[in-house]
Amino acid sequence: MHGMVNRALQGFVTTTYGADAWASVRSQAMLPVEDFEAMLDYPDALTMQCFQAACGVLQKHPNVLLEDLGTWLVTHDDLEPLRRLLRFSGPTFLDFLYSLEEVGDRGRLAMPDLDMPSIVVEPQDGSGFRIRATWVLPGIGPILLGSLRAMADDYGALAFLTLDGIEGREECLLVQLLDTKHSAGRRFDLGQAQT
Amino acid sequence: MTGLLPNLNRVIGLSGGALDTLMPMHVWVDLDGRIVQAGPTLTKMAGQGELTGKPAFSVLELRRPVRVRGVQALMRLEGRRLGLVLKQAPDLPLRGTLTGLPEGAGVIMDISLGLSFARGVTQFDLTLSDFSPCDQTLELLYLNEANRSTMRLSRHLSQRLEAARAAAETQAMTDALTGLANRRAMDLDLLRSLRDPTQDFGLLHVDLDLFKQVNDTHGHAAGDAVLERVGRVLRSVTRQDDMAGRVGGDEFLILVRDCTDAGHLGAIAARVIREIEVPIPFENHSCEISASIGITATGTYAVRPGLDELLVDADTALYQAKRGGRGRFVFHGMAGSEIPTGRRVSDPAPRGRLARHEGDGAALDGPGEKTAH
Repeated sequence: MHGMVNRALQGFVTTTYGADAWASVRSQAMLPVEDFEAMLDYPDALTMQCFQAACGVLQKHPNVLLEDLGTWLVTHDDLEPLRRLLRFSGPTFLDFLYSLEEVGDRGRLAMPDLDMPSIVVEPQDGSGFRIRATWVLPGIGPILLGSLRAMADDYGALAFLTLDGIEGREECLLVQLLDTKHSAGRRFDLGQAQT
Repeated sequence: MTGLLPNLNRVIGLSGGALDTLMPMHVWVDLDGRIVQAGPTLTKMAGQGELTGKPAFSVLELRRPVRVRGVQALMRLEGRRLGLVLKQAPDLPLRGTLTGLPEGAGVIMDISLGLSFARGVTQFDLTLSDFSPCDQTLELLYLNEANRSTMRLSRHLSQRLEAARAAAETQAMTDALTGLANRRAMDLDLLRSLRDPTQDFGLLHVDLDLFKQVNDTHGHAAGDAVLERVGRVLRSVTRQDDMAGRVGGDEFLILVRDCTDAGHLGAIAARVIREIEVPIPFENHSCEISASIGITATGTYAVRPGLDELLVDADTALYQAKRGGRGRFVFHGMAGSEIPTGRRVSDPAPRGRLARHEGDGAALDGPGEKTAH
């Protein structure tokens, strides 16, 4: 697994629950390294070990932890560059939803060797969408749930999101888009990247 | 195959709105050189309010392939790659291409940010909606930011690896117990110093006396405590540029840079012995040891010595010091009855010679006979 993913898990646990929590996760998972390095690769098994250890240490249901991780990816200040990259996907949350099908190509533009989920967005009746996602590891559904909820807030859209089961390797979500201009949302200036 | 045959001469009608959608950075100029219509993004960038009716050359300036100031000249550039700037932003080179319109309706030029895209979006305060979905400027911006982020991560990794490498190197060069240099580091430094003909230095070979007794009587932990103490002593008598290393179980080398003066080196040796002879408390015991020291210096050789020769000579001098009884130092090359040995006394150090080793209280036996060199 790309170090980016492991690093995200470490960053999430450390910034949300503290360095001690991460130290416990590390020792429970018998992690051979002190810190994950974003630009290196690690065995997939290590990622799973760490995640399971995190669930144990933090006493969280896997889905809850994954959803929080998804939210953290979009909302934490340290990951502002990622939020900005996501906002390039379109001027409104609706555009953003449709652009999810491009997320693989978009991710590979940034990091050619990063395993990205493949996502299909199916418009339902009215303002509903069904999202089907596949990834190398299980859990992309709840991660997306957290991230998409946070992105709806970021765009200032009002949306209702739920998990909608797993079909084979596909994890599904339902999105009810109620209002694309519910609030001001967070600012996104095209040319104002932080250095 | 059915349908219309391609016909490049067919004329189609496009509304102004259609042009805005397809080319938000276009400008339509009539034969008098006045702007008929400009796309919304170009209008925003030009910073002169509504552009319709304004002279085109008061809004933009054509620079490549040639500087052009009239519509007739402009029309001759049909299909070419154009370089231009906006009057309001002469430092931001833009790119364009144009085509003539039928029936004397003028020309239409489409413009893009070219390689100025990153500065351009900031300077003109552009948003996602200012670009056609077909314009890949946004993807360039995205890629630009993504590159910067990954670059930062790569640099972070490089820095950490460099720090780890430096730490590993220090570790590989250090004796863990005493914190002094190890044999390898000592040899490397001696070799480096010998190769540099401008460097003259003294070399002290220190061997602990009675160390084995401490180990045998009080155990290895006591021995370790003693060695740590010796490490501290050697660090305290050496200057920043000098080098002290543990090169065997109870053997040490001290390289004293820019110094071949016997009196000076003897003073250091005497101080080492004196400090090492201070009893070292360990648990309920007091460990008492001493040291013998053999000394040599590059300046005493007619021909620059090699590393082995230097080490053998220091070792020979050490052997002579041991033979003379513990707690002594001997200079290499002072054989027979004239062996200059040192025994610590309370005489003050000779002024001047020792000035660089401050804090040296006492050093040598009586002046003259034993330090002559």
